[in-house]
Amino acid sequence: MIRTVSVAETAPSTYAWAVHAEKLQVRAGRHLAVNELDLRLGTGVHGLLGPNGAGKTTLMRALATVLKPAGGRLTLLGGEVTGNADLRQVRRGLGYLPQHFGFYPRFTVREFVEYIAWLKEMPKAVIPGAVQRAVERVGLADRADSRMKTLSGGMLRRAGIAQAIVNDPAVLLLDEPTVGLDPEQRLDFRELLREIGLDSCVLVSTHLVEDVAVACSDVVLISEGRLVWQGTTGQLTEQGAAGDAGDSATERGYSSVLRAYRGRVSA
Amino acid sequence: MTTHPTPTLISQYASGAAGVDDTTIWAVEAHLEACAACRAVLTDAVDPGTRDLLDRVAGGIADGIATGPGPVRRHRLLRTGVAARVLPWLVTATGLMLAAVLFEWTFNSLPSLVLLIAPVAPLLPVAAVWSRRLDPAWELTATMPRTGLPLLMRRTLGVLSAVIPVLAVAGWVTGHSPGLWLLPAVGFTAGALALGAVVGVDRAALALTVAWSAGVVVPSLADGQLPTVLTGGSLPGWALATVALTAVVLVRAWRRPHGPLQNLLHR
Repeated sequence: MIRTVSVAETAPSTYAWAVHAEKLQVRAGRHLAVNELDLRLGTGVHGLLGPNGAGKTTLMRALATVLKPAGGRLTLLGGEVTGNADLRQVRRGLGYLPQHFGFYPRFTVREFVEYIAWLKEMPKAVIPGAVQRAVERVGLADRADSRMKTLSGGMLRRAGIAQAIVNDPAVLLLDEPTVGLDPEQRLDFRELLREIGLDSCVLVSTHLVEDVAVACSDVVLISEGRLVWQGTTGQLTEQGAAGDAGDSATERGYSSVLRAYRGRVSA
Repeated sequence: MTTHPTPTLISQYASGAAGVDDTTIWAVEAHLEACAACRAVLTDAVDPGTRDLLDRVAGGIADGIATGPGPVRRHRLLRTGVAARVLPWLVTATGLMLAAVLFEWTFNSLPSLVLLIAPVAPLLPVAAVWSRRLDPAWELTATMPRTGLPLLMRRTLGVLSAVIPVLAVAGWVTGHSPGLWLLPAVGFTAGALALGAVVGVDRAALALTVAWSAGVVVPSLADGQLPTVLTGGSLPGWALATVALTAVVLVRAWRRPHGPLQNLLHR
């Protein structure tokens, strides 16, 4: 069946970067967890790396429009998020998996993803098909009608990814998506990431450098709420020397970049 | 477009089209799609083995449809999100009203506990549907385009439709005028939403409950008589307050339908 394509779908995008932050400041409680961060992200899979407490989750929350920036400027999909802007249009193009994925235990996976699709204001007619597709893409089709409380940790994580991708988001934010996934599922997940990253902006926050090395095309490294380094995965690998800490080339690159940054800050 | 392909051509098409060029095949195919008579010719031209196979497949699919699972039922109530986590709170509110009825039957001399509790009975579940602590998926809800007052009002209506029948039974059993329990209950709910848009619904509900208990319930139990606000003479006042507060909530929802609720989003 031929689908009608709306004007909005064929319109050229009017923004250069899907995610554009300038001197962004975000508070976590009273603490300024993201401080004067400049970030520009386009299409592709970006890995967000950083030590514990670097402000990864706070940044993800700000990008997901959960937290309001305390200062600076944040533009998502060409729409301003700072101030009292109407976030509705921007939010339709977002997909977000929080670090602590809260769900309704009595809902089945299908009901939950359907409910999220409805909250994302998807047209009623496309919801059942989109839900089934999302559930199939994360490999949960056989458990789609089980209640969420009966799922294992890895399955819940995949259900969380399904709700994030149900609306084919232009900006997909995944906070620690691989926690609880077994090695085989992790491979499938990387494949899915690469597929989605072909035409949308995916930001994956993780502390597993190996995930970034394999699944991501670009790396964003933050520390203490500031951007430390941004480049391709290959460039990060080149940063590392034989003497740096780490078991893989990417890990050596990571520790080398971080050490250099700390040296610059303390100097 | 009226020239039908010759039976020879159709049988060549059916048998795999050796010696016929692609353009002709396409023309035959386009014609077959529109012409039932030629499709009948095609059926005869196909060899019996293929016809058998097609019949078997058609029979199998028809059986599968007839005996397989039906279309998935839609649960509209779940859509409101009320059924998710609010059940325990509804049970609590019901239990409270039941206790109030029993109390009233046992101690005839004391003022009506049903009337004293009815105004704040819906507040507990209303706070539960819109609270960070009690809604497990609050972080996801906060990033959705369909959030803010309209969603809150939808959930509140769900709560009221469950609590009001309980109040009705309690009011009927104890023989009070419907206006004396219905209007205060609706009025307090509207008040919680109106105040909640400023300070957060859970805080507003708590504040109203505490204020009502301290200002009205405790003194009237101490005095041993119903306060004047819960007698027939104050009905116009309740009606006026209820209408005014509902109007405030509706106007807010209408002017900024997707304005984020502060308690849930930006703290």
